[in-house]
Amino acid sequence: MALVYPLESLKAHPPRPYPPYKSTVKRSPSKPLIIMPHTLSELTGPVYGHETVQPGDDDLTIHGKTGEPLGERIVVHGNVMDEDGRAVPDALVEVWQANASGRYIHVGEKHPAPLDPNFTGAGRCITDKNGHYKFITVKPGAYPWGNHHNAWRPAHIHLSIFGHSFLSRLVTQMYFPGDPLMEFDPISQGVTDLAARARMISSFDLDATVPEWALGYRFDIVLRGRNATPMES
Amino acid sequence: MAGLTPSQTVGPWFAYGLVPNKEYDWSDLATGNLITPDVDGERIRIVGRVVDGDGKPMPDAMIEIWQADSQGRYAHPRDSRARTNSSFKGFGRVGTNADGDYRFDTIKPGAVPGPNGAQQAPHILVAFYSRGLLTHMYTRIYFEGEKANDSDAILALVPADRRSTLIAKRDGSASEPVYRFDIRIQGGDETVFFEV
Ligand SMILES: [Fe+3]
Repeated sequence: MALVYPLESLKAHPPRPYPPYKSTVKRSPSKPLIIMPHTLSELTGPVYGHETVQPGDDDLTIHGKTGEPLGERIVVHGNVMDEDGRAVPDALVEVWQANASGRYIHVGEKHPAPLDPNFTGAGRCITDKNGHYKFITVKPGAYPWGNHHNAWRPAHIHLSIFGHSFLSRLVTQMYFPGDPLMEFDPISQGVTDLAARARMISSFDLDATVPEWALGYRFDIVLRGRNATPMES
Repeated sequence: MAGLTPSQTVGPWFAYGLVPNKEYDWSDLATGNLITPDVDGERIRIVGRVVDGDGKPMPDAMIEIWQADSQGRYAHPRDSRARTNSSFKGFGRVGTNADGDYRFDTIKPGAVPGPNGAQQAPHILVAFYSRGLLTHMYTRIYFEGEKANDSDAILALVPADRRSTLIAKRDGSASEPVYRFDIRIQGGDETVFFEV
């Protein structure tokens, strides 16, 4: 069976279901997934180039109605690479997050924390030729959720990344170093491999910190796939 | 080998970032309408409902589709076959609505190359995301009435009594071609998901 990308790698991902995260119980398949070869359908995927993004899409702090958003301004940056450690250039990275008070602008959200008229919390960018991406934003606040008594999500930024193929799609969350909420959070703890879990935590980056302006955090992203010779069919 | 960055749930609040659909002040990267003015092929609509293990509609799921053009070619550098100058991209993305329903307007894909030099039956790849799903899942949409379904190498891997969950049913009442593809995450008629 032609498996161009090893299934081994998938062990880094959290299981379905993961009962401590209650919603997973009724939203996970009960039958085994069917293993199948990777065909041209799986090994191709949507291509989004630099025409996809507008100038300023990578800066979440400049779209305010009256000024800048409240909160701690941060720079989030890193490299997108594949399993061989090779850069993934021209990868689309989309982000969404709560504001500094821990509130999303989504109409369904009920958390009694203030909206910020100067922060929508959505951004996107394309990695450069070295696979590097960078966003300017504010540090999101923690927020409560109804999973269990006194459940709070650690501060996090949601990311969606398109890599070489449809199999490289990744939706994940970036956490911040030293967050005491992480050990009580069934979503991040759903990643049971400790080394893999640690890869979701950004590191403080003094070099990316801009004096008198913003703190820097580094978050490298490793996508499914290898930069192998394209399969001829 | 570098270790993968683990997956996390898309959560309940992805809409304004990923599928704003004019309800939020952010532009859509992709929508449920894949039709471009110059695209060749049979226009089809795919509709469906997404339900959880209790049979309850899921209003907070996201569906992405990836497909070939009407001649079975992907808009991707790995597919080296010559393409027309069509601007058809082959990618769509929508969130489910309050009733758990979704809809795509697209063209019927052609047959694409499969394992061992055989053609695959026309199909569309689906990536499925939701709150409560820590790692997204993959499935495929095939089409009712396609002779090639009987010899498709991937369908052949699926137990015969579950294959029908992958085959979109033609809605006979509609004048335009409408196919129904419901997604049931769990239960007796659970949709087949693939480990890829
Ligand atoms: Fe969140």
